[in-house]
Amino acid sequence: MSILVNKQTRLIVQGITGNEGLFHTTQMLAYGTNVVAGVTPGKGGEWVLDGKIPVFDTVRSAVEMTGANTSVIFVPARFAPDAILEAADAGVSLIVCITEGIPVQDMMRVRSYLDQKRVRLIGPNCPGLLTPGEAKVGIIPNNIAIPGNVGIVSRSGTLTYEVLYALKLAGKGASTCVGIGGDPINGTNFVDVLELFEADPHTDQVVMIGEIGGTDEEKAAEFISRHMTKPVVAFIAGQSAPPGKRMGHAGAIIEGGTGTARDKVLALEKSGVRVANHPEEIPALLN
Amino acid sequence: MKLHEYQSKAIFSRYGVPIPKGRMTTMASEAKHFAEELGGKVVIKAQVLVGGRGKAGGIRLAKTPKEAEELATAILGMEIKGLPVRKILVDEAVNFEKEIYLGITNDRTARRPVMMASAAGGVDIEEVARISPEKIIKIHIDPLLGLREYQARDLAVSIDLPRPLWRSFAEVAYGLWKAYTDNDATLAEINPLVITSDKKLLALDGKMIVDDNALFRHPDLAEMRDLDAEDWAEVEARKFGLSYISLDGEIGCMVNGAGLAMATMDIIKLCGGEPANFLDIGGGAGAEKVAAALRIILSDPKVKAVLFNIFGGITRCDEVARGILTALAEVKPNIPMVVRLVGTNAEEGRRLLAEANMITAETLLEAAQKAVSVVKGEAK
Repeated sequence: MSILVNKQTRLIVQGITGNEGLFHTTQMLAYGTNVVAGVTPGKGGEWVLDGKIPVFDTVRSAVEMTGANTSVIFVPARFAPDAILEAADAGVSLIVCITEGIPVQDMMRVRSYLDQKRVRLIGPNCPGLLTPGEAKVGIIPNNIAIPGNVGIVSRSGTLTYEVLYALKLAGKGASTCVGIGGDPINGTNFVDVLELFEADPHTDQVVMIGEIGGTDEEKAAEFISRHMTKPVVAFIAGQSAPPGKRMGHAGAIIEGGTGTARDKVLALEKSGVRVANHPEEIPALLN
Repeated sequence: MKLHEYQSKAIFSRYGVPIPKGRMTTMASEAKHFAEELGGKVVIKAQVLVGGRGKAGGIRLAKTPKEAEELATAILGMEIKGLPVRKILVDEAVNFEKEIYLGITNDRTARRPVMMASAAGGVDIEEVARISPEKIIKIHIDPLLGLREYQARDLAVSIDLPRPLWRSFAEVAYGLWKAYTDNDATLAEINPLVITSDKKLLALDGKMIVDDNALFRHPDLAEMRDLDAEDWAEVEARKFGLSYISLDGEIGCMVNGAGLAMATMDIIKLCGGEPANFLDIGGGAGAEKVAAALRIILSDPKVKAVLFNIFGGITRCDEVARGILTALAEVKPNIPMVVRLVGTNAEEGRRLLAEANMITAETLLEAAQKAVSVVKGEAK
């Protein structure tokens, strides 16, 4: 079982006619995800992928016609804030934004608006979600994870794949893997996902993959010590990163002495979290 | 992208923030003319994109145009924290009574902009932030509502600004807020904002950092980028859509994905080595991009080995392998290369590289250990 995405997911793809959108829709369909529609303004009425998926001009019409409950966004950064707001106003309950490079002030305004609505945003700048054996929403490779009882939450993309793959090699599977994204302002943070995993009967333990920048990991540590009964194993990337430099992800900058890997590791260890020295060590730290 | 002081102040000025009269130049002789125009007494300020210019001697007061030329010559010959001074700002000298700090930045924890003010402005503001953070007053701004007048007044009262200055302080605060939002800044800062001897507010210094992700809608700002002030390799990397940061170690790294790139640097360190760089080739990187990345890594003379760690998802390992081969044929490096390919088309990738005489590894740990040991000369 799972959190957020599963067999009940009815997915629309915003930006379905672009290269990325089309490629990953094919992959998601191959995984068994129930993709019900795509949206590209100006291409409504067309069908893509051998006539399997209808394209709509607006998210609102796609939701009305198909009963979609989730949207995944592949549109370029300059159009992505609008795409998120459009999905929120069309009434889906979960929005997953894969797009990287959205200006931070746009995200602050978007987040402020979403906070007034009953909708969850995952990302932006994230690989999306995967519930092995049930559904995939996003770009996580199809063959690197098996079903199991480990919940995974991560700020990274390929590093998450690395961990999923290491788990698979060790014969361990995932309940759901959630990539919350590498941007400084995102829709869902570690605490939100930890709360869902704690409540999910099919998740018995959790892997949390953080990185330098911000204080989300410290907040997660506090949440874990107060509210989590399930064991948590963590890895924090960026131990060797110099201060003041942006390590690829816009959010991965150590500002004014906060956000160091050391602070995060200490906070997590204090909360009883076992912190791995490197990603391949994670499977051995799990039950 | 960081802007120079003269650029930041010119932008602030367009939003009604009062700034001193001044001109930027690259020539000491011009400094003399400007000083004459500005009434003789001027401040010569090095324009470099690092903090601590004043303490390094890059900001000097000249009492006469002749002295202005001499000081300009001296400052234009300086290096500040490794950056050569190529531009100076010649500002009219101003007498002032008090230095205030005023700045706006993104508070990622609160997920909204924060405006900060302090009565203890000036060169030691970072010390103030560290030792007595209560002296820095913070007000969060709703990104949908913007800065409200009462908030600016709140700040003025909190920093004990004299009542007659409240209105002009609110105007400066609002101007700074507009400059920050209109230009997609991640930081807009006036330090110091001074109260002059004739009881007026004046922004003596200005600093602005613009969100790189927003430059597509600010072509005017994108043109302000000072390529001279940046690392060649970082500029070159940006051209190819790569994310590269040079570090001090000996092991060059090429990785796909920022998180994995950091984890790769970390594991090199864990194994006793030092990474020479952070490099994320991004998702779906093709051969051309990989070749550019390798050229950039090898342009660093400190690099004694290169570690490739590719987890194929969208990125196909065979495509990366072809890029590596292209680059090797072109650059012909004579240093050891350790490669780890996992995921999409990894076998094909490994087969392609088999003839290239590279050291292969199955796991990340093994790859890092091999890279560290070749650098230390332990491996055969």
